[in-house]
Amino acid sequence: MELESVRNTFLIEANELLVEMEKALLELEGSDDKAELINVMFRGAHTIKGSAGLIGLDRVVHFTHKVESVLERLRQNELKISEGLIGVMLNCKDHIAELVQLSCASEEELPAAIITAGDLLHDALAPYLAITPPPAPKSANATTGAPALDCGIGPYNADASVGSSSWHISLRFGRDVLRDGMDPLSFINYLKRYGEIEYLTTLYACLPDIEDMNPESCYLGFEITFRSDFTKQEIEDVFEFLRESCVIRIIPPHSAAPTYMSLIDELTEDSWRLGEILVKSGAITQRELDEALRKQQGEPEREKPCIGDILVKEGVVHREVVEAAVDKQAKLRKPASEEGKTIRVDAVKLDHLINLVGELVISSGGIRQHANMVKDSALSKSSMLMSRLVNDIREIAMKMRMVPIAATFNRFQRLVHDSSREMGKNIELVIEGGETELDRTMIEKLTDPLTHIVRNSVDHGIEPPQERLAAGKPAKGTITLDAYHDSGSIIIAISDDGRGLNAEKIWQKAIKVGMVDPDKRPPDKDLYKLIFEPGFSTAEAVTNLSGRGVGMDVVRRNIEVMRGFVQIDTVQGQSTTMLIHLPLTLSIIDGFMVGIRGAFYIIPLDMVVKCFILTEERRMMIESRGYFDFRGKVIPYIDLAGVFNTNGGARHSDNIVVVQYAGQSVAFAVDRLFGDVQVVIKTLGKVYKEVEGIAGATILGDGTVAMILDVPGIIKTVKNSTINV
Amino acid sequence: MLVNMDKDKTTHRLTVDGEMTIVNAIEIKKTFADALEGCLELEVDLSKVSEFDTAGFQLLLMLKLAAQKQNKGFRVIAHSPSTTQVLNIYNMKGEF
Repeated sequence: MELESVRNTFLIEANELLVEMEKALLELEGSDDKAELINVMFRGAHTIKGSAGLIGLDRVVHFTHKVESVLERLRQNELKISEGLIGVMLNCKDHIAELVQLSCASEEELPAAIITAGDLLHDALAPYLAITPPPAPKSANATTGAPALDCGIGPYNADASVGSSSWHISLRFGRDVLRDGMDPLSFINYLKRYGEIEYLTTLYACLPDIEDMNPESCYLGFEITFRSDFTKQEIEDVFEFLRESCVIRIIPPHSAAPTYMSLIDELTEDSWRLGEILVKSGAITQRELDEALRKQQGEPEREKPCIGDILVKEGVVHREVVEAAVDKQAKLRKPASEEGKTIRVDAVKLDHLINLVGELVISSGGIRQHANMVKDSALSKSSMLMSRLVNDIREIAMKMRMVPIAATFNRFQRLVHDSSREMGKNIELVIEGGETELDRTMIEKLTDPLTHIVRNSVDHGIEPPQERLAAGKPAKGTITLDAYHDSGSIIIAISDDGRGLNAEKIWQKAIKVGMVDPDKRPPDKDLYKLIFEPGFSTAEAVTNLSGRGVGMDVVRRNIEVMRGFVQIDTVQGQSTTMLIHLPLTLSIIDGFMVGIRGAFYIIPLDMVVKCFILTEERRMMIESRGYFDFRGKVIPYIDLAGVFNTNGGARHSDNIVVVQYAGQSVAFAVDRLFGDVQVVIKTLGKVYKEVEGIAGATILGDGTVAMILDVPGIIKTVKNSTINV
Repeated sequence: MLVNMDKDKTTHRLTVDGEMTIVNAIEIKKTFADALEGCLELEVDLSKVSEFDTAGFQLLLMLKLAAQKQNKGFRVIAHSPSTTQVLNIYNMKGEF
């Protein structure tokens, strides 16, 4: 693989892990299952460090290492979670994200400011780290100290080989070695063929006093720092004849850990045993495994340690290598559920597929029409079947682009956490309906508006704790994000239990900036809408969060681009709810085709409530009243022929289609009803963009162009015109 | 193998001539132990050692440690190529 693509994969992976880490961090405060959350974070930091090491992003490795150390202490319960720590860790997470981004973007040395920032964060982490052992000694003098006094090999010191690229070999010879005709000297000489002995320490602490010493016994041990390119197995084979009588421990260079990890990752055999995976990657030898297994057998049944733990304790393998093997094992065990669950697809490919499906929908529509025309029953039948299949394909293709909104919502946890702290407020963000799916492109466009609205809630909506208590509310404010489907649209609701909008204040402000006629005060409901006007803000203080009067107008603009709109419900002193209404999809819709004076129009099917036949008598009555009586309710009546200025002919509209949008019903009078069709929305060229009442066009099966009605737009225009009249 | 011992009033000087290996380790240990008796200072001349192995090394080490324990002086006054080689491998040259 090219480095470039490896980097990209790393970038994507790292970002996902960082999002998980952040989520875990934020959940940590109130959670009962802290251990699992800490594990999530640790795994995240650990994987990022490991992967960054593999592709040579040293800065990332350097910084993440300390973060990982702190997490490790948390994991070992050596450290308590505190608010301060969570704060520092959040900053660290941000810093890692930045490092990853920068390192992947260019090969050049990072800007000094970033490095300084990293050092500062390291300083901030320092109190949470253990009294650190002095920096790992250089391999050359690691063993120059006094010879170890014990005869066995002490517990494995994880730092012994940190940062070293040398092997470390510990040998304790058996008493009978000399008697058996072997001499340690020859093995050491032989070892030299496999590499360079950087340093050797002879241990003789076991040598008894002169009276007790048996001159034919061997009492020596050696600690050897060894540089070699051979594998662990090959090095171990040097001591093959000593296997029975001696204690041998070979610790791979720390720098070899990533190599083993990647080897483990590349293993394709479906062996499930941890030991086998480790042996196969060369991280441990068969002998080491056998020994560890024996040790495991020796332990009492109930507290049998894991094989991986034994190996790490014995020091034959680095913990990260075992962890990599455990991951691999888990992956091998459930390949279907883990790896096969999701695949990454280039968004461009997906868009292309959806375009093609769109074309398919059009052409299958053509075939169906044609089949109906030639009246061949076999052809009709198979074209029906094909239409159904195409319909299914279309639905699946559209679903592929749909993404649950949870990820977007979760991003706000951090925003609320940080900004509420900054404001000295106590706010909880509740997320509902995270599983609601939205078109991916829509989700991207939604992030900005949502950010503005949530910030407004934090900044202006929720009161400071004292004020809340005084008002008889709980000190802790709540902001709720919710998403759900509602008659062909998606609604995203952002509500807070704060002070609500103050209609009076808005009114005063509007007069001040000259937006309204001071003599005509509109109903409160209309006043609220003013906050979406450019340059409107009632906030007394401009904070760095909001209050500058930009924002809400941007919100409205962004939502309108997506053919949606924002609705405000507020109760002063109690709550504010912003409802963002959005269309379900962007490119293919189920439409209801109608004919008006020979031209074809499409009404989005989701909005159609009912159709009626319009008798001459009834039409006369309705036209004289100007409204339509629908299920006992009075709804506006619009003759579409009039809207599109095609009213020249003597022909009158024969049918009524009742549509509903955003809780408002309207009756459209049309000439003919054709029934439901699937249509691919084609955006209109620049020239037709401004045409009112038309949202787009589509090409029918036979090549005819049909216009898609912009129902919300029509409702709005009609409403305005009636108000003016 | 021959171990000569010159006795001064306070100093015993040992000269090992020939092999100093597992083959004659028991013998040498006995001589070494004897040599340590009744002196204040021990000098060892290894220049005539023809063969030297781990067993020989252990004996030399043992003698030094024993002398130190009894607060006696210990000095190797001369090496042979074979002793030098082993001491180098074991990184113990500085001790003798």
